[in-house]
Amino acid sequence: MNRFDYVRAASVAEAVAAWVPGASFLAGGTNLLDLMKGDIVRPSRLIDITRIPGLDSIEPLADGGLRIGALVRNSDLARDRHVSGTYPALAEALLSGASGQLRNAATTAGNAMQRTRCAYFYDPASACNKRDPGAGCDARGGDTRLHAVLGWSAHCIATNPSDFCVPLAALDAVVEIAGRSGTREVALEAFHTLPGDHPETETVLEEGEMILAVRLPPEAAGFAAHSRYLKVRERTSYAFAVVSAAASLRLAQGRIAEARLALGGVAAKPWRAREAERLLIGRLPDAAAWTECAAAALSGAHPSGDNDFKIDLARRLVATAFARAAAGTPDRLPALPASPFAVPVVSSGVHAFA
Amino acid sequence: MPDTIPTALPAALPALAPGHVRHGSSIGQPLTRRDGALKVTGAARFAADNHPPGMLHAVMAVASIAHGRVQSLDIAAARAHPGVVEVMTSSNAPKLARHPDQTGQPFTYKLDLLQDDRVRYANQPIAVVIAETLEAATEGALLLRPTYAAEPSSTSLDQAERFVPDTVGVGSPPNETSGDVAAGLADADSRIEATYDTAPQYHNAMEPHAVVARWDGDRLFLDTPSQGLSMAQARIAGLFGIDAADIHIESPFLGGGFGSKGAVWAPQVLGIMAARLVGRPVKLVTRREQMFGPVGHRAPTRQTLRLGADRDGHLTAVDHHTLTASSTFDDFFEPSGRVSHTLYETPNLRTTHEAVRLDTGTPFFMRAPGEASGSAALESAVDELAEACGMDPLAFRIANYAEQEPKSGKPFTSKKLRDCYARGAERFGWASRPLQPRTLRDEAGLLVGWGMGTASFPALMMQATARATLHADGTGLIELGAHDMGQGAWTAFAQIGADGLGLDAAAVELRIGNSALPNAGMAGGSAHTATAGSAIHDAATAAIRALADLATGDERSALFGAGNQGVVARDGRLHRKDDEQRSERYADILARAGRASLSADGKAAPNAANQAQYAAHAHGAVFAEVKIHPTLGQIRVTRLVGAFAAGAIINPRLVTSQYYGGMIWGVSFALHEHALHDPRTGRVMNANFAEYRVPVNADIPDMEAILVEEDDPYVNALGVKGVGEIGITGTVGAIANAVWHATGIRVRRLPITLERLL
Amino acid sequence: MSIPVALTINGRRHALVLDDPRVTLLDLLRERLDLTGTKKGCDRGQCGACTVLLDGRRVNACLALAVSHDGADIVTIEGLAESCGLEPGQLHPVQSAFIDHDAFQCGFCTPGQIMSAVGLLREARSDPNLDDDPERVRELMSGNLCRCGAYLGITEAILDASARLRDAGAEA
Repeated sequence: MNRFDYVRAASVAEAVAAWVPGASFLAGGTNLLDLMKGDIVRPSRLIDITRIPGLDSIEPLADGGLRIGALVRNSDLARDRHVSGTYPALAEALLSGASGQLRNAATTAGNAMQRTRCAYFYDPASACNKRDPGAGCDARGGDTRLHAVLGWSAHCIATNPSDFCVPLAALDAVVEIAGRSGTREVALEAFHTLPGDHPETETVLEEGEMILAVRLPPEAAGFAAHSRYLKVRERTSYAFAVVSAAASLRLAQGRIAEARLALGGVAAKPWRAREAERLLIGRLPDAAAWTECAAAALSGAHPSGDNDFKIDLARRLVATAFARAAAGTPDRLPALPASPFAVPVVSSGVHAFA
Repeated sequence: MPDTIPTALPAALPALAPGHVRHGSSIGQPLTRRDGALKVTGAARFAADNHPPGMLHAVMAVASIAHGRVQSLDIAAARAHPGVVEVMTSSNAPKLARHPDQTGQPFTYKLDLLQDDRVRYANQPIAVVIAETLEAATEGALLLRPTYAAEPSSTSLDQAERFVPDTVGVGSPPNETSGDVAAGLADADSRIEATYDTAPQYHNAMEPHAVVARWDGDRLFLDTPSQGLSMAQARIAGLFGIDAADIHIESPFLGGGFGSKGAVWAPQVLGIMAARLVGRPVKLVTRREQMFGPVGHRAPTRQTLRLGADRDGHLTAVDHHTLTASSTFDDFFEPSGRVSHTLYETPNLRTTHEAVRLDTGTPFFMRAPGEASGSAALESAVDELAEACGMDPLAFRIANYAEQEPKSGKPFTSKKLRDCYARGAERFGWASRPLQPRTLRDEAGLLVGWGMGTASFPALMMQATARATLHADGTGLIELGAHDMGQGAWTAFAQIGADGLGLDAAAVELRIGNSALPNAGMAGGSAHTATAGSAIHDAATAAIRALADLATGDERSALFGAGNQGVVARDGRLHRKDDEQRSERYADILARAGRASLSADGKAAPNAANQAQYAAHAHGAVFAEVKIHPTLGQIRVTRLVGAFAAGAIINPRLVTSQYYGGMIWGVSFALHEHALHDPRTGRVMNANFAEYRVPVNADIPDMEAILVEEDDPYVNALGVKGVGEIGITGTVGAIANAVWHATGIRVRRLPITLERLL
Repeated sequence: MSIPVALTINGRRHALVLDDPRVTLLDLLRERLDLTGTKKGCDRGQCGACTVLLDGRRVNACLALAVSHDGADIVTIEGLAESCGLEPGQLHPVQSAFIDHDAFQCGFCTPGQIMSAVGLLREARSDPNLDDDPERVRELMSGNLCRCGAYLGITEAILDASARLRDAGAEA
């Protein structure tokens, strides 16, 4: 880890004023310190924002929305009764990410800012256009199980590893941003950027800007009864998604009035599938609908390496996630959040023959 | 540094089989760990927990190429970093008395110790930065920014030329044949040929290899985890040209070993060299990513099995071919075929091994080396043949039960495998398993599959010595340079010593984990309890014999005239065998003789006559249930039942834990562990605990180990076989077979990944 | 750079002056305060061996800068029992349950497992059924790797300790 200046900010104004080129804001540190230890980033200055008052609250808004402060810890957010009751897919996504310890430290803003788990990004000896623009991308032609099938470019095939941001994208969350010239807002869906020719740019944050809060609009509360997050992993817990999906439905008179779908693990950003959502409107919530929706969601997908299985897997996942959402949000978060094994029935050890 | 540890009170554990407990005996009791209180309070000092005065921190820089030379290092940049004291490279590393590529001693492997600029594998140490703080040393190592002259590298079985190694494993012939395999296959009514791939794996004990080294003139003091203290002394003595007796190693606790701490590796020696270079104590701890290269691993294998069976399901031939790998510069060849020598009766048996040389670190003994990978393939292939024969996999195995060891024709010292099959199957509910795959679902619609595999592991004996002492205060002392990697030596060896000395375990002090103690050999091959335990038993027996001599030759003793064979030691007293009412306290015997204590040495070694006559193995049967999401392919091992027969059980609580651990390694082997080398650079791209996956708690919902009683009069005086490695064998195949049973899909590449089930 | 950092560790106030802002909580404990019960297994938040209670919550000490936690209250394995009002030499119920259920072999991950378990039981206070469900315990303990494979004992020990604490009307 390189040497750095340590600056503790007492206010947002102080934090943004302390920013210099090469500086990073430090919140929970669970991703930033990992990157620093790996020699992947070498910030000249850390601006510790954890002491800034007012950034750690969860505020239900008068309009029916919710404002989540930048410093709200992932575990506090997931366990908040209002949050888990109103935005169950959000809680399920949060609790399917990382570990109990990491969730206790990781923050809302930090989760939105976390970098890819691409092994070539994480290996300073590999060429990576994110770390070193123009250097090339060694992930191409390498091991690509966790790499993108949507929205990737010749310069970068990395995926965004966040679980939390997937339902946020589905629920039209908005990111509140502060900088030296004041505050602004941007839709979470537009907050993360696709690699294109500039994979080194991962978000729309300008230099020196920081996240103040993430806000859910009032409409996001309309999906509470039919919302799930589903995540395929290579072990039962404590693993990044191979593919994940947040699926939310609003049903009326037995038909789909509104649907929301976002995918994780498939692109450099949480992938909102608006076209696929539209296909569901007015349909019966049945397998045919899910299949069609899934096909549409992945219609633009193509493998970035030896990972075409992810396209098929993502389609299956979308269909399964919607089937679960249609079945209804469980009364209680499952013991294995977001897991394919998060089944409501407790196994009795008795096996029915198919 | 404690040599001894306080005794925890034993807690009752009624769930464990009472049949193992003999009246008045410590052996067989499910005592809790004597080191338990230290380990749950953080008071157990592992090597890296030591901090002698004046100590500096050393951090290795490692190569990012797999083959070539180091061209430059920015030593000035590292030196300029505040706190950096010295940078050790090939230009200033202390010269060694013996080149580290000169091996020759058994279990000694070539090491990369900065004697030149060549790079033979990725993550090879290329420099060491020594600093006042860990932070400075860590950053100093990064600032070296090496440049290389890289040469092409090969890190996969497909990338290099095959050859037949001279030996595999520990001196075994690569190719062995009995009967006529071609004829056996031709005669078969059913036959299968299948090729199985197993992945490279790295031991990754939770405790990384670490050393705290301190020189005092030519005497060397080390804290480092070791599975073989005496061998470590010898290796280090040879490298530095000093007397082994001048090397004092403390290793009271190992944070896991699994074989990888059976040798001294480069990181430990580099720490010692750094301490010599700077003239101050040095601590060097391997970083997790550096565990993927310089400290051994399990090589990948590609095994092709051709099996035939007659119409009754009896094997007509077993042909087991293994392709594996060693490094470009040293020899260790995973002996995967050997498991076929011992498991199933067949008139025609052939095992062959080929290898390639890869630009990796040298492979090494990793928990069940050969048996784990070999069993994975054999148990899968046997399942495939049972399917081809239309037979239940368990019935098929029983039909091919080996009454003698197939390869040698020798009878077994003992073999309760039938009991293992029966008890495991009953507990698991195997009888209700449908033969056809993809027929079971649970209430949630998940695919359910049941599979099984046979477990086996050789019952080895090595060499060890021990010393037993009786004190005039009535307590006992057992001393030997034994090793506790977590298997429970601190507890089990005290139990063996207590029985040998006729004392309660609480009255016996145990000293282990320190090189000044009598040489207890190595903790490896699942043979430490058998070997070191036998040495303890021998020493304790000798001490009691000497005590009896004092008493029976003394007219003042109640035991006078009883003769050596005429006494029995129990509860701190010697009793006449012919009249147990006549007895005397040890303390009184010693006091009268004017002795403060009485010591005796003991030893253990293989019994050559028994070995010539018998084959010795532990056996078991593992039954696995997997659940698989029918559309997403994600897999979970929801239930494992293992029944094992491994001779006498010193402590059923600890043995159960060993079986659990082994079976979890089986889960890991079957579904998780896979070191991914980038084919272009040879680097391990997942050298971390996030992407080099080992099972987490949620992966292990339900598991059971059944301890099948087995008396073995031949293996050693205690009747003990090993339990540390057998749990992996059988389990891998059982899981792979369960995956097939759940899905109808045979996945022959391990670990099994979900996309193969879509 | 001299940075004053005040920490309460196992009930004792430490007024420290750090010469280096890079010092993690883990390296501070292990290398500067000789509190070596907290272990380093990966240094990257991937194994849980370094778990401590930071202001009552379980976190990975390897991914926490000491300077960023100025003023914090930290409990490590060495101070766990006393932090719960037990006498020196007494074991916390989770510690004794780990011994009874043979919830470890080598013991290297054990301090982290125990601190994580205590953190989990405290989290369970806001989710009263949590600690009765073995599946939830397994899931919520999955941030603590055990290479020896003592998971079964770990889960049993936590359920047992939870029951003992509840019976005693005590909190973890």
